[in-house]
Amino acid sequence: MSAELTRLTAAELAEKIHTREVSAVEVAQAHLDRVAAVDGEVHAFLHVATDAALASAAMVDEGLAAGTAPASPLAGVPLALKDVFTTLDMPTTAGSKILEGWRPPYDATVTSRLRSAGITILGKTNMDEFAMGSSTEYSAYGVTRNPWDTSRVPGGSGGGSAAALASFQAPLAIGTDTGGSIRQPAAFTGTVGVKPTYGGVSRYGLIACASSLDQGGPCARTVLDAALLHEVIGGYDPLDSTSIDERVPSVVEAARLGTSGDLSGLRVGVVRELGGEGYQAGVRASYEEALRQLEKLGAELVEVSCPHFEYGLAAYYLILPSEVSSNLARFDAMRYGLRVDKGASAEEVMAATREAGFGPEVKRRIMLGTYALSSGYYDAYYGQAQKVRTLISRDFAAAFGQADVLVSPATPTTAFPIGDKVDDPLAMYLNDLATIPTNLAGTAALSVPSGLADGLPVGLQVMAPALGEAVMYRVAAAYEAARQAEDGGPLINRVPSLPGGVA
Amino acid sequence: MTAPALVDFDEVVERFDPMLGLEVHVELNTNTKMFCGCPTTFGAEPNTQVCPTCLGLPGSLPVVNRTAVESAIRIGLALNCEIAPWGRFARKNYFYPDMPKNFQTSQYDEPIAVNGYLDVLLDDGTTVRVEIERAHMEEDTGKSLHVGGATGRIHGAEYSLLDYNRAGVPLIEIVTKMIPGTRERAPEVARAYVTALRDLLRALGVSDVRMDQGSMRCDVNLSLSPRDSGILGTRSETKNVNSLRSVERAVRYEMTRQAGVLLAGEPVVQETRHFEEAGGSTRAGRRKETAEDYRYFPEPDLVPIAPPAEWVEELRGTLPEPPWERRRRLQAEWSLTDEELRDLVNAGALDLIEATVAAGAPAGEARSWWVAYLAQQANSRGVELAGLEITPAQVARVIALVASGSLNNKLARQVVDGVLAGEGSPDDVVAARGLAVVSDEGALVAAVDEALAAQPDVAEKIRGGKVQAAGAIVGAVMKATKGQADAKRVRELIIERVGA
Ligand SMILES: [Zn+2]
Repeated sequence: MSAELTRLTAAELAEKIHTREVSAVEVAQAHLDRVAAVDGEVHAFLHVATDAALASAAMVDEGLAAGTAPASPLAGVPLALKDVFTTLDMPTTAGSKILEGWRPPYDATVTSRLRSAGITILGKTNMDEFAMGSSTEYSAYGVTRNPWDTSRVPGGSGGGSAAALASFQAPLAIGTDTGGSIRQPAAFTGTVGVKPTYGGVSRYGLIACASSLDQGGPCARTVLDAALLHEVIGGYDPLDSTSIDERVPSVVEAARLGTSGDLSGLRVGVVRELGGEGYQAGVRASYEEALRQLEKLGAELVEVSCPHFEYGLAAYYLILPSEVSSNLARFDAMRYGLRVDKGASAEEVMAATREAGFGPEVKRRIMLGTYALSSGYYDAYYGQAQKVRTLISRDFAAAFGQADVLVSPATPTTAFPIGDKVDDPLAMYLNDLATIPTNLAGTAALSVPSGLADGLPVGLQVMAPALGEAVMYRVAAAYEAARQAEDGGPLINRVPSLPGGVA
Repeated sequence: MTAPALVDFDEVVERFDPMLGLEVHVELNTNTKMFCGCPTTFGAEPNTQVCPTCLGLPGSLPVVNRTAVESAIRIGLALNCEIAPWGRFARKNYFYPDMPKNFQTSQYDEPIAVNGYLDVLLDDGTTVRVEIERAHMEEDTGKSLHVGGATGRIHGAEYSLLDYNRAGVPLIEIVTKMIPGTRERAPEVARAYVTALRDLLRALGVSDVRMDQGSMRCDVNLSLSPRDSGILGTRSETKNVNSLRSVERAVRYEMTRQAGVLLAGEPVVQETRHFEEAGGSTRAGRRKETAEDYRYFPEPDLVPIAPPAEWVEELRGTLPEPPWERRRRLQAEWSLTDEELRDLVNAGALDLIEATVAAGAPAGEARSWWVAYLAQQANSRGVELAGLEITPAQVARVIALVASGSLNNKLARQVVDGVLAGEGSPDDVVAARGLAVVSDEGALVAAVDEALAAQPDVAEKIRGGKVQAAGAIVGAVMKATKGQADAKRVRELIIERVGA
């Protein structure tokens, strides 16, 4: 029974809980048992909030027993929260030593929306330090393993959230996507990950990596589950000035519409610059196959060109470190977090603390950003990068004039072995080649499983204009349904069983 | 190395032209901080007016205070500036423990207001136009208290305490263009400008403008050029100049110091200096080995400020009459000489007199009360005129009581004393102290007859035509009535009763 519950989707679990076929506490307990059984191997979680999770689930059960309507369509469903959102009742580290043991005095808006929706927060998931990385290897608390092959990375920075889904420790998770940190782990683990339109989900309480690029988003094993979660966390927040004061797109309805399987009349833009050279053969094959399936569903394939995407990576690695160098200046031992009492002056304590508290990738980016913003270099680096950003937005605008959504492979390769790229930052950065343009433009995109290449999952990226999430979910849901019909079941069912786990 | 001697001020002016620039920071009196909802009350217990945002906690985000933007626009308009239709905040990055994020959110190259001016009245009645380069919004820092060590400065301190109550309080920085051609009047112009700005901001009601509490702070930039050369000298920036008098002294001191340096054949160092209140001098700040690079870039956590033109025009409609125009109007209405006007302004009496007149008093009476008796009272109590515990309406009431004959001048002063002593309104004091003029004609006649009877020789003199002799009888009557008689009426009665 317990094992079966962890295999269900969030939508299925919600239905069983709300009809009182099972209790939210049973569902929470089943997932906590699963965490206890397999997370020693996977290491998706940095903190498991057993008591709080059971208490929250019990409140949902009490409400239902009293005949109250569920607080949301996902009330009672468990979720794994990336450790970059502040939580009053759990430590929040952003994967960094510098925040070890920090208990925030406030909840992030995403956290409080999850709580009000009655969602059971199981705990906080592992990530690359301050969301900088594409493998979770830069976490200060150890690497997360990919459930498909535990010698491989689950992607990053949100590897913990994606691995929790793929190892059935949670049916829902929250990630953040600055350059692909939701979509690339989704692709590597055969799960669904959505980067909403910039401003679509509040950043209040999201520990910043790069403010103009960061966006929280839903992660799940199905497109519908992601849509359900998207509607819970999305929407205007007066505490985030960059939040969009408009209604959340009706993504649940769009996802349901999508499963009918008809995409006729929709134009799908195939981005010429993404998916060719530099992409692993198996990834390209999977992508070609996905394009054929979209056509079969009735979509019209249109080739579009986004000539400035090739400068995206370079622009990203100027803008992101610049913002990082400023955002991370506050970690100075004066008010919270790690403090290394070495030296007589405040400056010496700050320097010693930052030296000990930050990992190598974080330091690398702080130095890059400090340099890029320096007087005399600003125009050549930060200024140029902002111009590229504008050009990429124009590429998107032109492409969306020709197509309703754009597609590409989500990543150039499948999950790589642990340790493979950790000493080669440039190779690591190339992981985000296809995902970065969306962050630079502030538009929306997701990754949906598109089969396996050499036994490892591949993701199809679907991109939409700002606030165009509905059509994106519709296409992804249609493709997901067609793919499953052809495969005879969800891809995730083919994940190998883990030692300690019955599944 | 000893510093070159100071040069006599007259010699400085003979040989050099001072170039003056002023940067004034003003704390706005909004109820809440610039980017969060924390209160801004001065003097609260340390670290009680803080939240995740103004403490810079991980994950926190700023939200712009609309009232602060409104105040900034009104200040810009009052300074005759253009209001930028679009502008972003920037981050000024540097590490300092009293700055929670280790960057200050400030407007950098896109200030809300640019290119204005302020006309400044000097002591001799002439006006100098000071051009305003910009006014921009930013957030204040916290406060550090350095404990131990001899100087109270961070260098040599044993430890430091941090109070973040002030962190995030909205500030407006108002920067002048270089003010040329001030010559020997540079110290006076500096002081007059800061005074005029203070009056303007007070009239706008946007700040407490208390230099003693730090809600208005001034930095003085000064350089010297060889006289009539047009060559721009190297400037110093003197911080911490926190009274009007200090502004004047800092300019004067820097002129004499820099002239000494230049005449000794040395270059003036471009540096930050601190004003020393005690000696009226400036001292060099700790020299930095590297030039400060603030790595400014647009604040990505905020959206641009884009005040709609209609809003700006609406705010223009809320501007009070500019202080200098008001002065000109009042000077005409009250028929004042330039000198009289200046004295009123310097005494801080203008508002009080105008309010007294508004409460029904004639301008001449109102002015005479405030600059004479009330000014003495303020002086002896060591408070500003406005700090006296009497309202303009109460002063107007006293004037009305005198006009109606209920009080004479001597009694009126006693009534004012009573009000100042906290005995209530003028009418309360009149009633409680029994200070009304004796208007019972019969009682007065009796008193006059009694006095005449007591001094028959004087009565005889009066009867004989020596009317001035009546003074002695008036004195006696006033004494008998404890001063509560109308002296004029007493005199009339005396003449009447002796039958002269
Ligand atoms: Zn605050």
